[in-house]
Amino acid sequence: MTEKFYYDNKTVRNFAIATIVWGIIGMTVGLLIALQLIKPGMNLGSQYTTFGRIRPLHTNAVIFAFVGNAIFMGVYYSLQRLLKARMFSDVLSKIHFWGWQLIIISAVITLPLGFTSSHEYAELEWPIDIAITIIWVVFGVNMFGTIIKRREQHMYVAIWFYIATFVTVAVLHIVNSFQLPISAFKSYYLYAGVQDALVQWWYGHNAVAFFLTTPYLGMMYYFLPKMANRPVYSYKLSILHFWSLIFIYIWAGPHHLLYTSLPSWAQSLGVAFSIMLIAPSWGGMINGLLTLRGAWDKVREEATLKFMVVGLTAYGMATFEGPMLALKQINAIAHYTDWIVAHVHVGALGWNGFLTFGILYWLIPRIYRTELYSKKLAAFHFWIGTLGIIFYAVPLYFAGFTQGLMWKEFTEEGLLKYPNFLETLLQIIPMYMLRAAGGAMYLAGVLVMTYNLIKTVNQGKLLADEPAEAPALPVQYTPQGTDKKLHRLLERKPMVFMVLSLVVILIGGMIEMMPTFTIKSNIPTISTVKPYSPLELQGRDLYIREGCVNCHSQMIRPFRSETERYGEYSKAGEFVYDHPFLWGSKRTGPDLAREGGKYSNAWHFNHLLDPQTMSPGSIMPPYEWLINQQLDTTTTISKINAMRTLGVPYDLGYEHQANADLKEQAEAIAKDLKQGNVRVQSDREIIAIIAYIQRLGIDIRTK
Amino acid sequence: MNMIFVLIGCSILLALIFLAAFFWAVKSGQNDDTYTPAVRILFDDEIKDETHD
Repeated sequence: MTEKFYYDNKTVRNFAIATIVWGIIGMTVGLLIALQLIKPGMNLGSQYTTFGRIRPLHTNAVIFAFVGNAIFMGVYYSLQRLLKARMFSDVLSKIHFWGWQLIIISAVITLPLGFTSSHEYAELEWPIDIAITIIWVVFGVNMFGTIIKRREQHMYVAIWFYIATFVTVAVLHIVNSFQLPISAFKSYYLYAGVQDALVQWWYGHNAVAFFLTTPYLGMMYYFLPKMANRPVYSYKLSILHFWSLIFIYIWAGPHHLLYTSLPSWAQSLGVAFSIMLIAPSWGGMINGLLTLRGAWDKVREEATLKFMVVGLTAYGMATFEGPMLALKQINAIAHYTDWIVAHVHVGALGWNGFLTFGILYWLIPRIYRTELYSKKLAAFHFWIGTLGIIFYAVPLYFAGFTQGLMWKEFTEEGLLKYPNFLETLLQIIPMYMLRAAGGAMYLAGVLVMTYNLIKTVNQGKLLADEPAEAPALPVQYTPQGTDKKLHRLLERKPMVFMVLSLVVILIGGMIEMMPTFTIKSNIPTISTVKPYSPLELQGRDLYIREGCVNCHSQMIRPFRSETERYGEYSKAGEFVYDHPFLWGSKRTGPDLAREGGKYSNAWHFNHLLDPQTMSPGSIMPPYEWLINQQLDTTTTISKINAMRTLGVPYDLGYEHQANADLKEQAEAIAKDLKQGNVRVQSDREIIAIIAYIQRLGIDIRTK
Repeated sequence: MNMIFVLIGCSILLALIFLAAFFWAVKSGQNDDTYTPAVRILFDDEIKDETHD
């Protein structure tokens, strides 16, 4: 019996528009921060548009807004057709779409205001984390609902990739969001130091795996064969690709923490699994490229397919480079440099960006029942986009390699050849200029695409509900007797069963994990490491607000080149009171783990006021607002209380004493500044941040 | 380093979920036919006579 139904194209269209709009915004912010690395004055003189605050805006916008909406666009289009069913619920589709846009808008508002958790790619504060969880569940219900009411028994490999995306991202997001709120937009992570770092990079790595990779592989397996109008090279290989990828990916996270205070067995585990990842990744890339065998004449004609081919090639390059970067010897040079920035942009611009563009060019004319407005403009977009990627990545590889080697170079006498960090940075500024040019070219291509697609939309008409027909699935079995019992019924519904078991597992997992958060950890404590003073704690939160961690690491690796430059290497026990950890992942400026006591208070004051006066040529922006703004001490009590709850040993009742101590320490710093001919009131934010910087790394002194 | 055991636990749980899904896929015959699904997806196109103008 053939049933008639309609595919929902309107939600697909909405996600497509959102993809383009947020893509332009996210990339424009990216270009702005790239320019700030050449001319700090490009921060427009405002704290709300300064690098540290809007770099997370760029990453969140391109990952969760641009790529996120593109995922939903691709999933909503392909899932319906693969399963021969309309999406489960139009209402859920609407809630999903608008909920996701509201989350993005709240990110656009809160990140420039400095509300950040400081966890990379998870900066949004706790109320938004809760909203993300809810909307993600809405997406899941809508997807599994569609799977349940499908008219096609077999689930094509793309759907498996979508399911893995949903399940894993749900778990990652929840584990990486355990925070203790202290106010509407401020919270502390439950974990501290090395544990917090491990959670963050378990999340960070798997977010790359299950947000930027698996959904796009699913989309590749649907859209590429459709575009080329030929079946995937090997369906068998695609199944092998899927299962091996998802089983290996989860274990590779610790490669982000090589040579840090993480136990070395965990580091080796991460390295081993990273190497193994080459096999499934390249299997997938080859499967995609070979799908085009005998159809390369089409690639010559169709810009759409060109985008797919370069996208897949970029995937292959990034997934070869990833395991190489996970080798300790290579990581020793590449970590903290622009090499990593180049690596992620080959993935983001090439793989995610180009696949998205290819799908948009193919899908928009289809749902608007028309032809693409201009193939020429699409070809232009392809070439300027490809050039943009090359101009972006190649200079940054060069920059990363150059700087990484300069940091490590010794003279024959055994002294650092470039003891001044700034010297290594000034060397690569020309590369930053080329990078910005590459980014501008890529963005120009996106603008051309937008024009082309608007013209396409205007000459067509949206087929909001596309008619389709397919026979209903035969009813396979009517339960009888004992099979009517609840569990037997559930067993016959694998999808419901899977969702329910996930819920159960998550509840169980939380109960199981709670004790480990509250009991004392077995990290070797160092008796001289003491909790932060109230002023330092406030200063630390300002350091988080300003996003200092985006450019300054606080993790000295055990290399002679680093201990000579920065001091004794970092120990796990030094970070036990750090909620959250602030190790960072990039050194645009020097490491600050042992910054305390290196310079005078007056030096830091003048440096924050105008970095160029103390370090000519520095690209750090001036932070004059720290001098104008008064430190908010009303939060001190709740911060001390929260820290005590998390296991930081402040005495009971200390919270009432805290603000008096804070004032005393602030006045002492103001007095010291006065002797250095700096006049500033002791209640300013800059006093707190200086107090924090002067505290860094002084709890253990070796020299 | 308690946290690493929690994360390993979480990762194993995820792996177990996927393992269960894999067994289900094999049992229910999802992987029996490794040829037609690739071709089938190419033939789902619209009903010509009924399209809205």
